[in-house]
Amino acid sequence: MFTSILFVVFSVVLICAALGVILARNPVHCALLLVLCFFNSAVIWLMLDAEFLGIVLVLVYVGAVMVLFLFVVMMLDIDSERFRKELSGYWPLAVAVAGFVVFAIINVIVVRNLGGADLKLAPALPPHYSNTRALGEVLFTQYAYPTQLAAVILLVASVAAIILTLRRRTGHKPQDIAAQVAVRAKDRVRLVKMASEKGP
Amino acid sequence: MITLTHVLALSGILFAIAVAGVFLNRKNVIVLLMCIELMLLAVNFNFVAFSRFTGDLGGQIFVFFILTVAAAEAAIGLAILVVVFRERRSINVEDLDTLQG
Repeated sequence: MFTSILFVVFSVVLICAALGVILARNPVHCALLLVLCFFNSAVIWLMLDAEFLGIVLVLVYVGAVMVLFLFVVMMLDIDSERFRKELSGYWPLAVAVAGFVVFAIINVIVVRNLGGADLKLAPALPPHYSNTRALGEVLFTQYAYPTQLAAVILLVASVAAIILTLRRRTGHKPQDIAAQVAVRAKDRVRLVKMASEKGP
Repeated sequence: MITLTHVLALSGILFAIAVAGVFLNRKNVIVLLMCIELMLLAVNFNFVAFSRFTGDLGGQIFVFFILTVAAAEAAIGLAILVVVFRERRSINVEDLDTLQG
């Protein structure tokens, strides 16, 4: 019972925050409401016994991706008042498509009775069950190769992001580190042998 | 009690809101990217729910990979956005119509 109330509360907040993301005028408000969405989703995932993914959602999404979004919003310095003075002219289409999607999904779930399963019917977890441990055991054995592929994807993404945003300024004098390191004393210092002067 | 129906309905509503957001926000590419993140979140809900109710951890592994790809997508998308803004001084979707001919 208590679980159901918590689920309803977090679901309602999640849906309201999602509506806020698509309706807010200021992109900063959109990003902050999306953070709220991710927090609520993480809590619901915790209730579904996906503890590791709930924490990863907060750490990776709120901690990295949304901060990146906020950083870009700040950096682009766009005039937010110029945007979204009124609702886009496409709003009837948006409502129609969203209504159709909801209708189709609810139809599949309820009419076909796809989701009759109760959490009680779900396989019981043994005591001292660790979601992180169970996930790690599968991830590093059965899915070891896809995990390495995911690592390569992240590497490619970070290299691509750096290359795309690297700005080559003209008239800017950078250090040439290789030349600095490679320099030898004989290139810079000239030792001169000369006879000592006689005193007066 | 939370049933599979509840979670699937929640994820369906979330996905529909994100789709509506793509139609509504024709001015700002950043908000479009946020709507895509919201869609991926709705999809992840389905994976987590089915993983729990069938007792198969494969679904959670899949969410893990979706999170990886979504993070990569956000990083590259925002980098492209920064480059576009530098070139055009605008991220209005209606200004980015060069390919329309």
